[in-house]
Amino acid sequence: MLTEITIEFLQLLIVMFGSPLLVGVIRKVKARLQGRRGASIFQPYADIRKLLAKEVVVSENTSWIFHFTPYLLATTMLFSALIVPVLTTRAPLGFMGNIIALMYLFLLGTFFLALAGLDAGSAFGGMGSSREVAIAALAEPTVLIAIFGIALRAGTTSLDGIITRSVADPLLMLNAGHLLAFFAFFIVALAENGRLPVDNPATHLELTMIHEAMILEYSGRLLALVEWAAGMKLFLFLTLLSNLFFPWGIALTNTPITIFTAFVALAVKLLLFGAAIALVETSVAKLRLFRVPELLAGSFTVALLAVVTAFFIR
Amino acid sequence: MVIESTVMLDLFLVTLACFSAGAVGALATARWTNLSRLVGHGGALAGAIAAFAFGVAGLAGGDMQLKVPDLLPLGGAAFGVDRVSAFFVVVIALGAIPSALYAIGYTREYAGKYSLAGMAFAFNVFVAAMILVPLVRNVLTFLVLWELMSLASYFLVITEHKREETLRAGWVYFVMTHAGFAALLMGFLLLARATGTMSFTEWGTAAAQLTPASRNLIFILFALGFGSKAGVVPLHVWLPRAHPAAPSHVSALMSGVMIKLGVYGMVRVAFDWLGAGPPWWGAMMLTVGAFSGVLGVLYALVDADLKRLLAYSSVENIGIIMLGLGAAMLFQSSNLPGLAALALVAGLYHTLNHAAFKSLLFMGAGAVLHATHTRNMEELGGLIKRMPQTAIFFLVGSLAIAALPPFNGFLSEWLTFQSLLLSFQISAHTVNLIFALGVAALALTSGLAAACFVKAFGITFLALPRSETAALAREVAWTMRAAMALLALACVVLGVAPSLVLAPLEATVFDLMGGHADMQFDFTAVVAKDGFGWVAPLWIALGFVAFLVAIPLALRLIGVNHRRRYYETWGCGRALQTARFEYTAMAFANPFKRVFALLYRPVKELDIEFHPESRYFVRTIGYYNEGRLIFEDALYKPLLRLIQALAREARVLQSGNVHGYLVYILVALVALLILTV
Repeated sequence: MLTEITIEFLQLLIVMFGSPLLVGVIRKVKARLQGRRGASIFQPYADIRKLLAKEVVVSENTSWIFHFTPYLLATTMLFSALIVPVLTTRAPLGFMGNIIALMYLFLLGTFFLALAGLDAGSAFGGMGSSREVAIAALAEPTVLIAIFGIALRAGTTSLDGIITRSVADPLLMLNAGHLLAFFAFFIVALAENGRLPVDNPATHLELTMIHEAMILEYSGRLLALVEWAAGMKLFLFLTLLSNLFFPWGIALTNTPITIFTAFVALAVKLLLFGAAIALVETSVAKLRLFRVPELLAGSFTVALLAVVTAFFIR
Repeated sequence: MVIESTVMLDLFLVTLACFSAGAVGALATARWTNLSRLVGHGGALAGAIAAFAFGVAGLAGGDMQLKVPDLLPLGGAAFGVDRVSAFFVVVIALGAIPSALYAIGYTREYAGKYSLAGMAFAFNVFVAAMILVPLVRNVLTFLVLWELMSLASYFLVITEHKREETLRAGWVYFVMTHAGFAALLMGFLLLARATGTMSFTEWGTAAAQLTPASRNLIFILFALGFGSKAGVVPLHVWLPRAHPAAPSHVSALMSGVMIKLGVYGMVRVAFDWLGAGPPWWGAMMLTVGAFSGVLGVLYALVDADLKRLLAYSSVENIGIIMLGLGAAMLFQSSNLPGLAALALVAGLYHTLNHAAFKSLLFMGAGAVLHATHTRNMEELGGLIKRMPQTAIFFLVGSLAIAALPPFNGFLSEWLTFQSLLLSFQISAHTVNLIFALGVAALALTSGLAAACFVKAFGITFLALPRSETAALAREVAWTMRAAMALLALACVVLGVAPSLVLAPLEATVFDLMGGHADMQFDFTAVVAKDGFGWVAPLWIALGFVAFLVAIPLALRLIGVNHRRRYYETWGCGRALQTARFEYTAMAFANPFKRVFALLYRPVKELDIEFHPESRYFVRTIGYYNEGRLIFEDALYKPLLRLIQALAREARVLQSGNVHGYLVYILVALVALLILTV
């Protein structure tokens, strides 16, 4: 009982406190790739601390939705941290939901954030909301078809089950379908987290921003929560990518040594994924908004290929 | 549990008595409009509660057989109950109870303008007929009650008969429902002739001896007839017209409940009357479901009429139900009874859930209409401050219909996903691909539904009011709020306590198909197919509550700044903010319009009137962006033209000459004699 509580607590802590670091690392790598020195990797912590100390300035037009949303966002992400196998496939609360439930938890956050974007009555917020839900909706088929592709090979949709299965059968990872599914999922992860080439997290140009437009009215501790939740979402998506597709090092039994190995492995994998994102963001330009559906359609095709190959090669 | 059939019979008779009392009472007190409104809808409320009890008792295993031989020719009126019937009675009652309660407050506005007694009378007939339809056990009784339901709802649709568009909507509904009726009539007569019996209960065994050709023909006729009532694409055209035109408590019943009787019919046809069919039946249902889901929600997304948006979204949800049904049929023809049962459980669960949240949303839209007198979202906004309770209820409905946890829509869509994903156990590539596309369609549907209801709630309830009437809106009467509260509660309970529904549904599906669904569940968790997927909605809800409490507490504990200042919305330095700065419903949907331009075929027009002195000054700008409805244009218009051309040709026969008509009669008689010999 005590180990279980400790493990869940550890996962929670890693996601809570690791996410700003991940964001900081990505920014740093990106800056170095662009020939800048960049801020310290601990800058996001300082940002959150600064925001928490500031007063909140809220639009007069807003309703309780605007105040409630940041708390709900943080809640969905923290709750997901209990389900996602961050360190171990034997997360005691893993029974609360499979991968589909997890995706719907993320969608719940998007739903409320889009409402909050509309709440202040500014054109920017509405613009951001409209674009965000459009991208989320169009990414949804890719997500589910990629999940289908994985479930076909693993024979389950439970997060732990998929990982256990691919650890037991390492050849599975070299399967063409598995790689295609990974590729599709990676594009979706970029789109869902508002990264380039879909959305630029560093922009405040009115006509191009999506996520930033939605949260334009937020300030103070509410903004801190929103930013923190966005960091946790990225962290969870990358954790999923690394553990579902490259499960090396994840703990299959819960002993201090395996958990520690898992922690180190996770850190390395996330570092690599963060560097990959920084590389993508440095090398590609943002797509025009109406070219994004083409990217998502492309990733959908890749995911569908992953499913089709599974039927024909089994 | 054994429930005495006398108890069931008593409940059945009480139900009918309440509705009759409501109907007659409304007419008898017609002179006092307020009394008539109360008596009529009060009777319906009591009847619906009795029907709910009847349905629950039926699900618990209660039995009833009732035959009234002399009431109708060809076998008399025959009623019976099994779990499937009882389940649909529960679904109907779940919609009817709040609807009747809501009507008490909502119909007040009609006093003096339209006949309240007539409305209350038709309402009672409508609900009673709907409750009886699933209990019917022979052909003629079914047809009579089915028609009674259609007619009563037709008269309710044209309640506001002084408006031109209402009458047109009613007319489309009238034609479509009777075209469907004709298909059903042919299906019933063919099946009755082929099996030699008019009684539904004997068809299951008798239908096995049919030739494949006649089975296929009967299936298609039933699919057309029940499909048009359910509103699947492309038979949906009446739905987005008729449902918004009706008074809101009737819209709630039609969209939430009546179209489910089409689902009931399909369930009976596919799993009881005709039995397992060839794989293409299921494949067809699955494809129709996929198209209905995606197209329904795409049309909902671009509509600015709040009630029409909801009506289109019903097309979408019927699509989701049909995905479950189609999957069940395909699994059945692939000899996977456990998965077939799972898919059917998912479809039926969504049937129940949709009844709860769609009724809730229509009542919410009705409350908005009541308070602002407009359904046009471009004139709404800011209602969350003026109608806070309605806003919360509408939000719950929106979350549930967008399939977000921990509300009820999530669980049934989750189950549907599980059953679709499990299709890899079938080893036929074509079937696998159809299922894969079904998964993609359901995923796209649910993503678009979330977008659609961000728009529906966000534009209607948030930010600043876009018109004077919206600014003056006030919260509605307590009966209406109570009805919405009941349904919102149902959305939560059905979402967090799935075993309440899954246990009786499992038994229902077992009765129907003789196989146990491949799933385990207890009060907290649902597991599909030996750990293929699991979810624990109650835990999710509790976890949410825990974190929602813990986060603000933690923030207090670490001593963050809690000061809050109100200021105007940031707007690039413009001097004042008005509602005209807000994003509109049309703008919100524009990305989708561009992405799916192939479907919407938008026609854009920009009219700019320049100042006569200089072209640098503009007097007025007009922007039109109309979509076209391709089903109406491509399918129904040619069909209508054909019918009109045929009718013109047939005019030759109508000479107006009595001798001519006598010759027709003679020819017809001779032809019939030749046919019978």
